[in-house]
Amino acid sequence: MTTGTVSSAHRADAAASVAARRRKRRGVLVGWSFVLPNFLGFAAFTLVPLLGALLVSFTDWNSYSPPNWVGLANFRRLWQDDNFHTALANTCWYAAGHIPLTLAASLGLAVLLNQKLRGAGILRTAFFFPYVTSLVAVAVVWNMLFSPDVGPINQLLHGFGVANPPRWTSSTDWAMPALVIASVWRDMGYYMVLYLAGLQAVPAELYEAARVDGAGPWQRFWHITVPALRPTTFFVVVMLTISSFKVFDLVQIMTEGGPGRSTLVLSQLIFREGITRGRFGYASAISLALFLICMVITAIQFQAQRRSER
Amino acid sequence: MNPTLLQEDRAVHRPLPQPDTISTRARRNRAARHAAGRVLLYLALVTLAAAILLPFVWMLSASLKTDQDVFSVPVRWIPDGFHWNNFTDIWSQIPLLTYVGNSLFLSVVITLLQVLTGSFAAYGFAKVKFPGRDALFLGYIATIAVPWQAYMVPQYILMQKLGLVDTRTSLVLLQAFGAFGVFLMRQYYLTIPDELGEAARLDGLTEYGIWARVVLPLSKPALAGLALLTFVNTWNDYMGPFIYLTSNDLWTIQIGLKSFVGMYDAQYAMIMAGSVISVVPILVIFLLGQRYFVRGVATSGMK
Repeated sequence: MTTGTVSSAHRADAAASVAARRRKRRGVLVGWSFVLPNFLGFAAFTLVPLLGALLVSFTDWNSYSPPNWVGLANFRRLWQDDNFHTALANTCWYAAGHIPLTLAASLGLAVLLNQKLRGAGILRTAFFFPYVTSLVAVAVVWNMLFSPDVGPINQLLHGFGVANPPRWTSSTDWAMPALVIASVWRDMGYYMVLYLAGLQAVPAELYEAARVDGAGPWQRFWHITVPALRPTTFFVVVMLTISSFKVFDLVQIMTEGGPGRSTLVLSQLIFREGITRGRFGYASAISLALFLICMVITAIQFQAQRRSER
Repeated sequence: MNPTLLQEDRAVHRPLPQPDTISTRARRNRAARHAAGRVLLYLALVTLAAAILLPFVWMLSASLKTDQDVFSVPVRWIPDGFHWNNFTDIWSQIPLLTYVGNSLFLSVVITLLQVLTGSFAAYGFAKVKFPGRDALFLGYIATIAVPWQAYMVPQYILMQKLGLVDTRTSLVLLQAFGAFGVFLMRQYYLTIPDELGEAARLDGLTEYGIWARVVLPLSKPALAGLALLTFVNTWNDYMGPFIYLTSNDLWTIQIGLKSFVGMYDAQYAMIMAGSVISVVPILVIFLLGQRYFVRGVATSGMK
């Protein structure tokens, strides 16, 4: 009798484990069947090219001749390429303006909007709208607004008594600031929405307690809002960094990298070398450099975020 | 919110000899300051909003002027006469209808594929357990952080080998399977309790059934958010069509508009009319679905 129960329990166990294995195998099939339609496209057109870039950057492949392995030659050339230095410096200059200004503007807008206001939805829509509008239209309008002799911006500056206002997109010194202004204007609404979401998570009791303790609005902002938003800020800074280093559309439409090379950025250089001139190997090396820069900066930010959490 | 208002706050909390009279006065005082603060805040916000929207107002105003009047000194915000012909003439100057058609085609096809495959894959990542799932998802996430420019050259070579350069198919293939949609939908699915799926499973639904009948209906806001963001991004995309589409009859409105600016750079008014035409569809879509836009962006920021 006892043996009977044991063996039947055994049998049940075995059956259960077979069933479990079958369920697991089915789980794998079901799981993959969900992921596969997207993954096929993703693998073929993102993952493979991404790994391809790594390989191609070590070859001299171009549109006229088949690839030969050249080791680090492309990177040595990069090191000496004047165009690359200019593009890298310009991209950093753009990032140095775009990241802090967009961050400050979006945080400021979010904090102002986060007060319980009637009509906050309409205002939010207004602030967010530049982000969704067609970039060509936006770039063309800003070009006209920045027009040095007759544009409204310089008219306004004249009105304020500035005798020689900047020549913006026609000047090698002021073209980049013009691009930064237009890009901050366009992007701040997007990051404002991220900050608004982050602000929702800050407990209202913290503000109440600080108020009772006599903290002013400025103190409350620095000692409650800013620390509580640290995860959001981290996310925003990473996104801003990546988007600054890959900037293309706005620059291509507003200045095409000019005047001269004063606003030539890395992605334009990749485009010119890789697609216009067909130098696949060399362009991939520039791409890889761009990728490494983004990764290193993100890693540094990640470390900083970790340390501040501790 | 201003500092004096807070001192008033403290006064209320401090025990005082005649709490009644003083606190009522303080309260009235506080209410007045509070109202004044509100008015200032509103003024600041409305001024900001107006300043931010000013380029659009200028665009609209310029689109109704003659070329000579666009840069009048001082700026005339309301045109002397409304030159609607800018809006009618541009259709014959450039094949604008073709451009709009191409933009619409790409936006609709890419959005449909992205939403469909993205939400389907997201269910696999969020609700089905299988070995290798998390590593695979990490691969998706990693590519979001990689700028597209880092692999656009090999992508171009691939498309060249497939003979798809200068076709709309190339852009559909490149943009319809993005990692962003999978990521966004997965983040949303994670907020849907697993118990709902369990209950449906007991009722005999397959995983596909659960996706179609339980999860999809619950995730309408996220689907709408993803669809709107994808549509608008595709409509506004410049670099993709700029690289891949060289034939005039395949151009999108962005490329067409930019080339128009290059060819007729003194026809300011008509350029602005074209810009208005390129923005209007987005404005309509945005105003109809702005709630979902905002929620979509906010969801992408969740961990």
